[in-house]
Amino acid sequence: MSATAVVGKAVPKVDGAEKVTGRTVYIHDLKIPGMLYGKIKYSDRVSARIVSIDTSEAEKVPGVKAVITAYNTPEIRFGFLKDNTALKKDRVRQYRDEIAAVAATTPEAAEEAVRKIRVEYEDLPAVFDPDEALAPEAPRVHETDARGKPLKDNRLRLPWRVEAGDVKAGEEASAFVAEGEYEVGWVTHCCLGTSGCIASFDPHGNLTMYSNTQIPSLARTDYMEALKAMGLRGRVRVVNAAIGGGFGSKLDTYAHEYIAILLAHRTGRPVKIVFDREEEFFATSPRQPVKVRVRQGCDAQGRLTFREISMVLDNGAYTSWGATTPTVMMMPATSLYRVPNVRFEATCVYTNNTYCQAMRGYGTPQVTFAIECNLDELAEKVGLDPLEMRLRNANEPGEVTPQGFKVTTCGHRECIEEVAKRLDWKNKRGRAGQTGSKRRGVGMACLMHVGGGAKIYRSDGCGTLIKVDDFGNVDVFSGSMDIGQGLDTVLRQIVAETLGVGIERVNVIVGDTDVCPWDVGVHASRSTFIAGNSALNAARMVRDQILEFAGQMLEAPPEILALENGQVVCREDPSKNLPLAKVLRRAHFAKTGNTMFMAAHFYEPDTDMLEGEFKGNYSCTYAWGCHGVEVEVDTETGHVEIVKYVAAHDVGRAINPMLLRGQVQGAVMMGIGYALSEEMIFEQGRLRNPNFRDYKILTAKDAVKVEPVIVETEDPAGPFGAKGIGEPGLVPSAPAIANAIYDAVGVRLNRLPLKPERVLRALKEREAPSGPCGALQREG
Amino acid sequence: MERITIRFKVNGEDATVAVAPHWNLLRVLREELELTGAKEGCGAGECGACTVLVNGRAVNACLYPAVEADGAEVTTVEGLAGPGGELHPIQRAFVEKGAVQCGFCTPGMVLSAKALLDRVPLPSEEEIRTALAGNLCRCTGYAQIIEAVQAAAEELSR
Repeated sequence: MSATAVVGKAVPKVDGAEKVTGRTVYIHDLKIPGMLYGKIKYSDRVSARIVSIDTSEAEKVPGVKAVITAYNTPEIRFGFLKDNTALKKDRVRQYRDEIAAVAATTPEAAEEAVRKIRVEYEDLPAVFDPDEALAPEAPRVHETDARGKPLKDNRLRLPWRVEAGDVKAGEEASAFVAEGEYEVGWVTHCCLGTSGCIASFDPHGNLTMYSNTQIPSLARTDYMEALKAMGLRGRVRVVNAAIGGGFGSKLDTYAHEYIAILLAHRTGRPVKIVFDREEEFFATSPRQPVKVRVRQGCDAQGRLTFREISMVLDNGAYTSWGATTPTVMMMPATSLYRVPNVRFEATCVYTNNTYCQAMRGYGTPQVTFAIECNLDELAEKVGLDPLEMRLRNANEPGEVTPQGFKVTTCGHRECIEEVAKRLDWKNKRGRAGQTGSKRRGVGMACLMHVGGGAKIYRSDGCGTLIKVDDFGNVDVFSGSMDIGQGLDTVLRQIVAETLGVGIERVNVIVGDTDVCPWDVGVHASRSTFIAGNSALNAARMVRDQILEFAGQMLEAPPEILALENGQVVCREDPSKNLPLAKVLRRAHFAKTGNTMFMAAHFYEPDTDMLEGEFKGNYSCTYAWGCHGVEVEVDTETGHVEIVKYVAAHDVGRAINPMLLRGQVQGAVMMGIGYALSEEMIFEQGRLRNPNFRDYKILTAKDAVKVEPVIVETEDPAGPFGAKGIGEPGLVPSAPAIANAIYDAVGVRLNRLPLKPERVLRALKEREAPSGPCGALQREG
Repeated sequence: MERITIRFKVNGEDATVAVAPHWNLLRVLREELELTGAKEGCGAGECGACTVLVNGRAVNACLYPAVEADGAEVTTVEGLAGPGGELHPIQRAFVEKGAVQCGFCTPGMVLSAKALLDRVPLPSEEEIRTALAGNLCRCTGYAQIIEAVQAAAEELSR
């Protein structure tokens, strides 16, 4: 590994001081002169025809400046299939449907006005179970698609299918086959800072959106389309306030943002809409529930022969990026472990439930739960230790997977071995002779994730502009965003390293589409890799310009010069070393040919966008990992305690080990919540637990100290060897825990969360099997 | 609407605010005094993002009636750093230990930690976890926050 000055160091997050002193401005803290407060009237029915809307009483509330509905505003269509509208006309399809909105001088007036809006409905049949929604007689959630073409059923027309090898031949060659059904429900991001925006028009009709989006460039395009729908020709600028948590929730644009735009345009004043916590729970889009069916087989030695996965996803009433998560689920489905013959297909179904979105992991936690639990079942059939099963099938560097992913560096095997060692697997697995009500067991599960971007959009690129002043201060304008993960710090480290300046010299500017270049967004664990490579390349261009000029000054070939410690260093003759600032000023104030150093680079990874057969290589590199956990199950209460948790990740190279640990620790805790406690409870489309009292995210009391193991494989494509690490940490938590529960008490739980009542019921069913075999696994 | 005048100290300075009877302390701090360090994460006392100190005790400002603050000493996150802006040891530890990510929970976390360390200078890990149990964080997984409080406790006790 090459020697570095700041890359690889535990540099504290650069906005830390601002955040600990309360100076950071989030959307909640931002006020603009003349600003109004917007509030949304949501549907009172889950599926109905809107007969009439009476806003007359709302309009009389003092302070109210506008009340809008779909009947007095232009239609703005949005979403992945453009099947959603900012305000709903004639028909509601879910409880979170926006029927009307108010702008008023105070939040109280806006709330009062919303309470006074009267809507008359005519109920329509609804459907909540995706399997039922697929039945021919099921009520249709949408009569037509966005273009008015009639839809004959609730199945989304999305081609999520991939097949490679010969699954039938693979099955015939199998000595053992395991088959299972796994079910995961809704969970939500729970960003501590709720969603919100401020829309503001200037007198020329140009829109500024103060936002907390994870996708400034794509959001800008969406808002431009909205202006077009409104018959406006203005420009759009997206300015980000600090983001109080993302996790995928801000990866799309939403009705409340378009409503703010409509209200701002109607009133001629800036309009702010910020969600309260209840809205954040019911009116944002959660992770999609999935029912997964897995069959996989192996030969007598435990080598995988085939894997077949089919799944049904509850899309909810409209379509966001959530419906595209199967394109990422395909990755572990076809390529986690070496499996020669694979088939994957996913069906997304409209229901009258809330519509779903991206959430950290983008589908891979759901499918990995199914694959990794099922793999343990297969290992048991073979009579193999699950550890040995995984080692026999681990991915290797240099392989091309059946779907066409080019595995370059791969620390999969090392991750498994590290987990086994640190968990003392050999001694702890299958402990015989446990007595008493508390039983311990260990389990593990692996993950594969994109580590070098993911081309799920037509461009997976990111631009960076760098300029250097007369004193060696460097401004870096990146298209990417910091959402708390530390991109601001990582970019500083990369640029400081390349230009040989102190990190305090580097200023990173993100989150303003008027000044920052294009970027596809903060998702797919791509920012360190893609934005990092973009910044690295721009910094190298600036470095080369400086060295070229310094070479002329020093009459030395640039190849023997370098930038280090704020100096231009001559490797062959240190007496020639010059302070960087001197070189910069000499260039700027030269008698002729004055120059200042600046460069721009747009980095587009050399990867494939998968369409048609869904084969190719959509990431420059892949991230690998293995989690191992020791649990203690209380057989009297069903409570599962995490005793020890080891998370081993192939990260390429840790640019900042402290921030990296924060990503892993935070993700694992989210993964443990997914496994054990988090659950959005919907009844007939209505969310019953829209608060932190009843939706249980883990607290400091529950916090498990994760033992992170960083496996560095130094990926040649990554900036300084790095791969992405934002999402991988929560992908294998749930199956690792489920597998450990099985080791402890011998019951398999195929439905998340693994809450005490489910564990207890499974234990009781095993003691006295009464119902049909396996029923215990499918009941709530 | 009827207003009641309350007088109290905020970060050592006198403040006089005419409040409506139903206002909570968070509204007074954020809207009337422009101290936006305290955040509203839930408005229901469940997340702790609005934690401030009232007479040294950590409270959820979103549930604390503004009129109850009359005569009290209130400390917000803006009042922790020294006169020259140097960070309080708890703040510094949060930065240096990687305890800050998105930062929305941070002001509340820092103040809950302060209330604890003022009462128990060298708390056990269990005491720290209990003191912070009312402050939710979705980013960090808490481990680095707990370590930051431990580091700050050691520094403050030296």
